[in-house]
Amino acid sequence: MSIEKTTEPPAPVPVTKTDVPRSGGPPRPKKEGQVLNAFSHGILVLWAVMVVLPLLWAVMTSFKDDGAIFGSPWSLPDKLHFDNWSRAWTEANMSDYFLNTVLVVGGSLIGTLVLGSMAAYVLARFDFPGNRFIYYLFVGGMSFPIMLALVPLFYVVNNMGLLNTIHGLILVYIAYSLPFTVFFLTAFFRTLPSSVAEAAFVDGASHSRTFFQIMVPMAKPGLISVGIFNFLGQWNQYMLPTVLNTDPDKRVLTQGLVQLAVSQGYKGDWSGLFAGLVMAMLPVLAAYIVFQRQVVQGLTAGALK
Amino acid sequence: MQHGKYRFIVGFLALPLGLYALFVVWPFIQSIYYSFTDWTGLSPEFKMVGLDNYRRMLDDEIFWKSLQHSLMFAVVLPLVTIGLALFFAFMINVGGRKRRGGPVISGVRGSSFYKIVYFFPQVLSIAIVALLFAFAYNPDSGAINSFLRGIGLDGVQPLWLGDPDLALWCVMAVLVWSTVGFFVVLFSAGMASIPADLYEAALLDGAGRATTFFRITLPLLWDTVQSGWVYMGILALGAESFAVVQIMTTGPGGPDYSTTVMVLYVYQKAFRDGQAAYATTIGVALLVVTLAFAALVMRLGRRERLEY
Repeated sequence: MSIEKTTEPPAPVPVTKTDVPRSGGPPRPKKEGQVLNAFSHGILVLWAVMVVLPLLWAVMTSFKDDGAIFGSPWSLPDKLHFDNWSRAWTEANMSDYFLNTVLVVGGSLIGTLVLGSMAAYVLARFDFPGNRFIYYLFVGGMSFPIMLALVPLFYVVNNMGLLNTIHGLILVYIAYSLPFTVFFLTAFFRTLPSSVAEAAFVDGASHSRTFFQIMVPMAKPGLISVGIFNFLGQWNQYMLPTVLNTDPDKRVLTQGLVQLAVSQGYKGDWSGLFAGLVMAMLPVLAAYIVFQRQVVQGLTAGALK
Repeated sequence: MQHGKYRFIVGFLALPLGLYALFVVWPFIQSIYYSFTDWTGLSPEFKMVGLDNYRRMLDDEIFWKSLQHSLMFAVVLPLVTIGLALFFAFMINVGGRKRRGGPVISGVRGSSFYKIVYFFPQVLSIAIVALLFAFAYNPDSGAINSFLRGIGLDGVQPLWLGDPDLALWCVMAVLVWSTVGFFVVLFSAGMASIPADLYEAALLDGAGRATTFFRITLPLLWDTVQSGWVYMGILALGAESFAVVQIMTTGPGGPDYSTTVMVLYVYQKAFRDGQAAYATTIGVALLVVTLAFAALVMRLGRRERLEY
């Protein structure tokens, strides 16, 4: 992945006429190049606008009052209605949803990385009967439709008394994050040199000590990539909590916002809802802009393998 | 290295494997078993009914609609998304103007800016994206129709999600919007690793950009395109289509079941209608479709691997 020049300014509109024709160069490719250049810039700018416009529109709308939202969707707000934001945060329970999401994702992410790296290390570095079978059991989980398992899973979780609990949701998130995590980290551990671990072992370190003190630090880049992948996946997760987490007090962000939208039919606080939407969008977008190289690496790593 | 090896292996695998078996593998096996019962999900009692659920499914008109829509998601979405993404990625990486003394092939100016912006939707939750577009599609006060009125197209005011003929396309457009950026970045990385002398040689031989794309870029990128295709198809059959259809369309499932998809139908049968066994039957059908799709793409796309 090579996106180093993050500070490069936005592309200007193509200026074709400054390119004074020179004698000597082959005329045909040059002309084609120019037309193509203008054309490609045009298309690229158009798509960039189409991506950014809905997001900017949401931010703008979150500062308008309800009347203006429905009356004139494109006009600028008459004044900045910051009360939308405070209302969403307190009355619409956005603060609870944030807290629940942070708890669930925090617990799941740590659990996924610890358990995933343990399993991946063993599968990557040790020969034992059943190794391949367990590996494919994990990896196969990536292509199966999760919804099929969710029907019985609801009752499994219910029978264990874990339905509508934060820790129950954490355990399920970890279980469903393991396929990709194990797949990715197994490949990663295989690329690490084995000599260091062997030296540590000869010096008397136990297997688990070798893992935690030697291998985990060496695997840090891989752990960061897969960690970002899981963080975004778990933060944005919608299907699992919709099925397994129906208690209004335990809702995570995505669920809470959808419920909020459904209930607006009666309450009619659309401006508060938009403030909630933007509130949920901004932290992730900000984190992406700051860590964009790592995020892109983490998210595309899987598909490239 | 042998000392305590097996104790260590068991100790390290027990917890992850146990959790995975309990919450993923076991429910999968159970649901295939349940598809042969009359379990409602509401009471613990059930009895075996053989293939009754499967017979019922074949006569279920809504099932066939959901299957049809799911297949459209799996075929149309990757086609459009990957097509657009290839086009954008080619423009970004190869569409640049030739500068004096520069490389023969170069990216447009600000290529990294485009890659950053295009990737925005990918980091947002599909649920939030769906909510946002549900507003934009609102026929009376939504941003799209209001925009159309603004540029003088007062006559063109579609109902969007309320129109049975349009609703499915509206939903698919949202998924395209949110996933194109991911593939642009993915393909850009692949294109960046194609050596420049291949392009130079092609240009010297008089190849245009289109020829360059189809004869050099696409073949060398084929592996990435193919795995991206499978990845996108699995998403489009599963979690992503569930979120957009459930959140955006009325019902949910759209006017006259015009947007219902298999994954949503499973959810509704199990958790709304109390027909858990029948839901798992549809789930098994979804599993078959997903595996068949993946196998088909891998088979159709099989080519000789090109080394460079």
